[in-house]
Amino acid sequence: MNMRAEIERLAYGGKTASIGFSHGPFVRVDTAPNGRRVIGAAKDEELALRAALLSAGRQIASLANAAGGEAAQILEFQVALLDDDEFLDPIFVAILAGMPADAAWLSTLDAQITDYNSEPDEYLRARSSDLTDLRDRVLRTLRGGTNEAPKIPDGAVVCADDLPPSQFLEIDWSNGGGLALLRGSPTSHVAMLARARGIPMVVQLGSVSDGAQTALLDGEGATLELDPTSAQIDLFETRQEAHRKSRAAARAILRRPAASWGGEKIRLLINIQRVEDLEHADAQYADGIGLMRTEFLLGEQGRLPDEETQYLAYDAVLRWAGQRPVTIRTFDAGGDKPVRGFTEDGEANPFLGVRGLRLCLMRPDVFTVQLRALARAAIHQTLKVMFPMVTTPEELDSARKLFVDVVGRLQAEGIPALLPELGIMVEVPAAALTIERFKASFFSIGSNDLAQYVTACDRTNGSLAKLIDPLNPAVLQLISRTAEYGKRADISVSVCGEMAGDPRCIPALLSCGLRELSVNPSALAQVKEAIDGLSSGGGICD
Amino acid sequence: MLETSKPNGQIISGSVQLVHAVGMHARPAVKLTKLAKKFQAHISIRASDAAEWINAKSVAKVMALRAARDSIIEIKASGEDAEAAVAALVDLVATDFPDIGR
Repeated sequence: MNMRAEIERLAYGGKTASIGFSHGPFVRVDTAPNGRRVIGAAKDEELALRAALLSAGRQIASLANAAGGEAAQILEFQVALLDDDEFLDPIFVAILAGMPADAAWLSTLDAQITDYNSEPDEYLRARSSDLTDLRDRVLRTLRGGTNEAPKIPDGAVVCADDLPPSQFLEIDWSNGGGLALLRGSPTSHVAMLARARGIPMVVQLGSVSDGAQTALLDGEGATLELDPTSAQIDLFETRQEAHRKSRAAARAILRRPAASWGGEKIRLLINIQRVEDLEHADAQYADGIGLMRTEFLLGEQGRLPDEETQYLAYDAVLRWAGQRPVTIRTFDAGGDKPVRGFTEDGEANPFLGVRGLRLCLMRPDVFTVQLRALARAAIHQTLKVMFPMVTTPEELDSARKLFVDVVGRLQAEGIPALLPELGIMVEVPAAALTIERFKASFFSIGSNDLAQYVTACDRTNGSLAKLIDPLNPAVLQLISRTAEYGKRADISVSVCGEMAGDPRCIPALLSCGLRELSVNPSALAQVKEAIDGLSSGGGICD
Repeated sequence: MLETSKPNGQIISGSVQLVHAVGMHARPAVKLTKLAKKFQAHISIRASDAAEWINAKSVAKVMALRAARDSIIEIKASGEDAEAAVAALVDLVATDFPDIGR
């Protein structure tokens, strides 16, 4: 027998959706729902579909709950569809006109799926698998199916025509495994889930022979080999080892203790919007948290957050950081972040309005609660607190006085509390121009707002996107001025705006004298790499 | 960009450029409709001068806009909290759909 011919017959090529290697039992999964149902009167059909939608909604919600994070966000699209009257109404209209529930559901969903499948844009095309997922789940319920997860052995290479996100989540991937799809797309939600979990995945394999026992899935080379020979296994393991080594080298950049430039250490911190952001795989490599936003607390449960809720969030972040510094910014509401019951309504120019610290000082009822929670969290001595939108030194003094009073009251109540180090965001030009007047322990440059105010461009107005360049010399002058004063007065200065995470801006920031950058966790590796790549200064500020 | 198109302030409109890397796909659409549903106002949106305005609270319709990156999203709203609704939606799109609870 010709060995080559046999290998070619059982090796299939596809497209990479998630890099990684898997060697395990080969399992085919059939996702199409079967079964027939007895059709009732129009009213019964309507009720049957409503019940099936409700049940599907619950199943998806519980999957989302169990999975959390990105998976939950992905399933939200399906949850949103189940709650979309414009989407559902025509189906119920068809049912009341005499169509069976499953046929009405199927025809509407199929029409939408066909629409998505004919999209030229791959991202939109990939959404058809979310709709297929929802279509089949509701259909299985309608037709009396069990919707039970298929039994998959540990570490299996799962092969399906296309696997919907909810079925991916029903499989236990904790012991590895891989996913081989005959169709599917690298931009599908399942692909995102597979990447997030490090599960190798290859899509668009075409057709694959049935009945194989074991499989080799190479997510890098995008190949699937069925019932491999020992020679194939050897080659596969060699590729796997090479991949492991190159990956370790890439991670090593992040693991290196500090980035440096011109012999000076550059501290790389992260910005977080909420506590869950710390789950990002790269967050652990940060030198600390340079900006924890607290506005997320304002939107939860539709009311202003109580002291305990806030304290628990701050405490969780400080515990996560251990010995590393954590800078928490007080509520920065107003401007483009309206909060009902807190921010002012009907301002003509909200960006020039009552926002940031201005608002907090006008609403001591809300601000004091936050300061109490922060004062309690400050017993972790790694906490620093900063105030946004500070314009004059008097505002900083007023905030400090409030904070000192809060600490005094807590201590009088016998509750452990401390006054943390206090700093300000440098984003109002008046503050940047007279930075030496502010008695702060640290400065953090908010480059987004600073650029907005210096260039007189509303940053939410897309047609000004080119004018609001953070590399405008006027913006850089103010950044450089702040950094120079910080150096002279021995006060730390960092940048926490978008430009800190933009490799294009890094040479300018370093030349301006900045040694602390705070970026989104996902930008950490590229920023560290960019700094490592700069052998000498950019010289833009000099 | 906000403007009141009627002196009595009944219809509020705004427009904003979509900066999301892949256009209005599932997650931005879900965030937009979720935010829209928080307001009482009747809210419609359209993309890049399309003839038809669609309901901003319907995720299926918002996805069906097929709004590509850099297209201009127009928003109009009427009702008690129309102004806040338009401001919030403009902000959501302009800030590229951040993960901030509101």
